[in-house]
Amino acid sequence: MYHKEKSIQIKNSASALYNNLSVLRIAPRRLTYFTVVHANVVNMVSASWDGLNYSHRQLQSKEPNVATSTSLIMQAAFCVLPSRELLVITSQKGIQMYESDGSIMVYWHALDTPETPSEVNYVPAQAVFARGISAVWENYICVGVSSGSILVFDVPSKGSNITLSEVLEEHKESITDIASECSGSQQCIADLVSADDGGNLCVWKSGEEFQLLNKIPGFDMSCSSVKLWKGTVVAGYGTGQIRLYEAVTGILHAEVNAHARWIYSLDIAPFSGLLLSAAEDSLVRVWHLTVSQETNSVEVAHLHNECVTDTQICGARFCDGDGYAFAVTGYDLSEIIRYTQT
Amino acid sequence: MSSRTLPLLFINLGGEMLYILDQRLRAQNIPADKAKKVMNDIITTMFNKKFLEELFKPQELYSKKALRTVFDRLAHASIMRLNQASMDKLYDLMTMAFKYQVLLCLRPKDILLVSFNHMDAIKDFVKDTPSILSLVDETYRQLIEMYTSLSHGEFQLIRQTLLIFFQDMHIRVSIFLKDKVQNSNGRFVLPTSGPVPHGTQVPGLIRMFSCTGEEVTRLQFNNGGNYTAGLREGSFEMFGDRVTKLGTNMYSVSRPVETHMSGTSKSSAQHTKVNTAPNPLAKEELNLLAKLMGGLEVQKTGNADSGFRVNLFATDEEEEEALITRPDELSYGVINIQATKDHQANAELAKIMGEFTESGHQSPSASSKGDDLLAMMDGL
Repeated sequence: MYHKEKSIQIKNSASALYNNLSVLRIAPRRLTYFTVVHANVVNMVSASWDGLNYSHRQLQSKEPNVATSTSLIMQAAFCVLPSRELLVITSQKGIQMYESDGSIMVYWHALDTPETPSEVNYVPAQAVFARGISAVWENYICVGVSSGSILVFDVPSKGSNITLSEVLEEHKESITDIASECSGSQQCIADLVSADDGGNLCVWKSGEEFQLLNKIPGFDMSCSSVKLWKGTVVAGYGTGQIRLYEAVTGILHAEVNAHARWIYSLDIAPFSGLLLSAAEDSLVRVWHLTVSQETNSVEVAHLHNECVTDTQICGARFCDGDGYAFAVTGYDLSEIIRYTQT
Repeated sequence: MSSRTLPLLFINLGGEMLYILDQRLRAQNIPADKAKKVMNDIITTMFNKKFLEELFKPQELYSKKALRTVFDRLAHASIMRLNQASMDKLYDLMTMAFKYQVLLCLRPKDILLVSFNHMDAIKDFVKDTPSILSLVDETYRQLIEMYTSLSHGEFQLIRQTLLIFFQDMHIRVSIFLKDKVQNSNGRFVLPTSGPVPHGTQVPGLIRMFSCTGEEVTRLQFNNGGNYTAGLREGSFEMFGDRVTKLGTNMYSVSRPVETHMSGTSKSSAQHTKVNTAPNPLAKEELNLLAKLMGGLEVQKTGNADSGFRVNLFATDEEEEEALITRPDELSYGVINIQATKDHQANAELAKIMGEFTESGHQSPSASSKGDDLLAMMDGL
C-alpha cells in the first residue's frame, strides 16, 4: 500500500517527545516544511516537491536573560488559521510563535513559575513546561501547560499583536496534546479536544469564551496524542490502545489494541479518513475510519503496517490531506523517513 | 523536563559501576579483603546521608561533565585507582548499560523496578556490614517515598528526560554485541516480540460498539510482530520479585568488556553541540560535589601497601593505547578534584560558592561564572 521514499536528513536526531513531527504543505510554492525537536533546538527543513532542494534552519528555545538557552523544547507545531500560518514552539520557559518559515519571532509568552521561595535557583517538584498546540476556529491558538491549564491566544490576521484571551482551567494533570477541527470554514458543535497525563479528555466549543461541552475520564492511563474528526475524538494511550469516542456525548464507539508499547503520535488525513498511529514499539500503522454522523456509527479498519527497525517512533504525520504520503521520526534518528502510496 | 530524574540516574549508573568494578576486581585477582573494602567504601560514599539529601532535591539533570566528575570522585572513594582510559571506559559501559535498560523497559514505570534491581544487588554486596546496610535501606525508603505514587505520565516524563541525556550515544559494548542486543552501528535491538507490558493487551483486536455500549463487531488484524501476554507486575516494595531482568548483573559470568571507539565519532559530534551550552545551574552541581568531597575520609594515596590500580582493559599497553586513540568528541572534559577532607580547602570552596550566591539572579555572565567556578576547583 505504501513504499518507502528517500529520507530527509536533519541536522540533529529527534528527541523522545510526543508528537515530535510537524508538517506544513505550501502548495503555491511546491514546498513542504518539516519540524523536528532535538533537546533545546527545533530543526526545520524545507523540502521542494521535486526532491531537488532542501534547506535547513535551526530555532533555539528562548529564555529570558540568558544568552544561550538550556531550556528544553517540548513541542513544535504549525498552526494553520484562515488568515495566516504560524510555527509555535513550547518549552520549559514559555511559548514562542514564529512566521511559518521560522524567519521572525512574532510573539513570546513566558510561563508563570509557581511562587518561588527566596532561594535563587528554586526548582519546583512539579515540572513546569508548555505542551499541546492547536489552531482553533478562525483566530485562536491554544497551548497546554504542565499545570493542566490551557492558554487561549487571540491571533490577529496580521502582525504581532497576539494576546492571551482566556485561560481554561479544567484539567488537573499536565496537558499532553490538543487538537481541533473545523477551523475557519465549517461550523461544528465541538471544535476542540484536549488530553492530559491521566487520560482525561475535555471537549470544547471555541468562541470569545470557550465552552466546555464534555469531559471523558481517563483510567489513569496517559493519553499522549489526540485528534478530532467528524465529531469523533480519536485518542492514543500509553497502554498502546486507541479509543474512538463521540465527542459531545462521550460514547465509546471503538477500542483498538493497536500497539505493544506507548503510543507517541496520531494523525488523520481529513479528506480520506485515513488514521496514522505510531508508537515506541517501532510500528507505524495505517487505518481507515468511516464516521457516519447520521447513523451515529464509526468503523475502524486496519490497512497497513510499517516497521522502522530498532527505532522508537516519536512522530508520524500525513504530508497531505488525502494521506497519500506520510513522514516519520524516531528517537536518536537523524532523518525524516517518508512513505508514499504505491 | 522532570525534576525528579537525578536520583534514578545516579543510583542506576552507580549500580552498573559496582557490577563492573566487582567483575574487574575478581578478574585481576585482587585479595578478597581489599576488594571488599573498595566496594564498601564506594557504597558508603554513594549513600552518604548529606549526599543523598542533595541528590533527592527537585532539580534539573546535571550536565554530562558534572555527572562524570561525580562518578570520578566516587570511583576513587577508596584505595583503588583508575587511570584516565580505564575511567573513560568504565563510564562508557555504565552509561550504555543504563541507556539500554531505559530503552528496553516495557513501560516507563519499570525504570523504578530496574532501580530496585540495582538496589537489591547493592544490598547483597554489603549484607555483612550492618552500618552500610542501614544506609542502603534508608535509600530504599526514600525511593519508595518519592516514586511509588507517581503516575505513568510522570514516569514517561522522567524517561524522556533520561533519553535526552543519553541522546546520540552509540558506543559499542562487546558484551551487548555478543548477546546480539546491540547492532554493529551501536544502536540497540528493539524486538517486536516477547511479552507486552503489564497493563497492555497484545495488539490485533478492533472492537466496535453500539450507542448503548454493546459490542457489535470484532475484527482481528496482523500486528506484524510476535507478542505474548504481559507478565505479572514486579514488586515496588523493599523486598520482592522485580520480574524484569533489566538492571540485574550481566557481568556475573566473567567476560571481557571492551568498548569500541571507531564508528561512533559522527553521531557523538552532534551530541556535544548541545552539551557545550553553558549551564547556569552549575551551582547545584557544585553543591553535590562539595557534599561528596566533604564526606570523604582522607586517603593516603601514596601508600604502596594498601592502594592498587584497577585496569578495565586486558593489558596496560591496551589501556595506554585506548587513551591515545580516544576521539576528541568522546572526551568527557573531567574536572580533576583531589580526594581531601582538608578543612581549608572546604572553606575556600564554601567562600567561592558564597560569592556565587550573592550575585543573585541570572544574568548573561552568570553562566560563564559557573564554568569559572568549575575550572577553579581544578586547583583545589
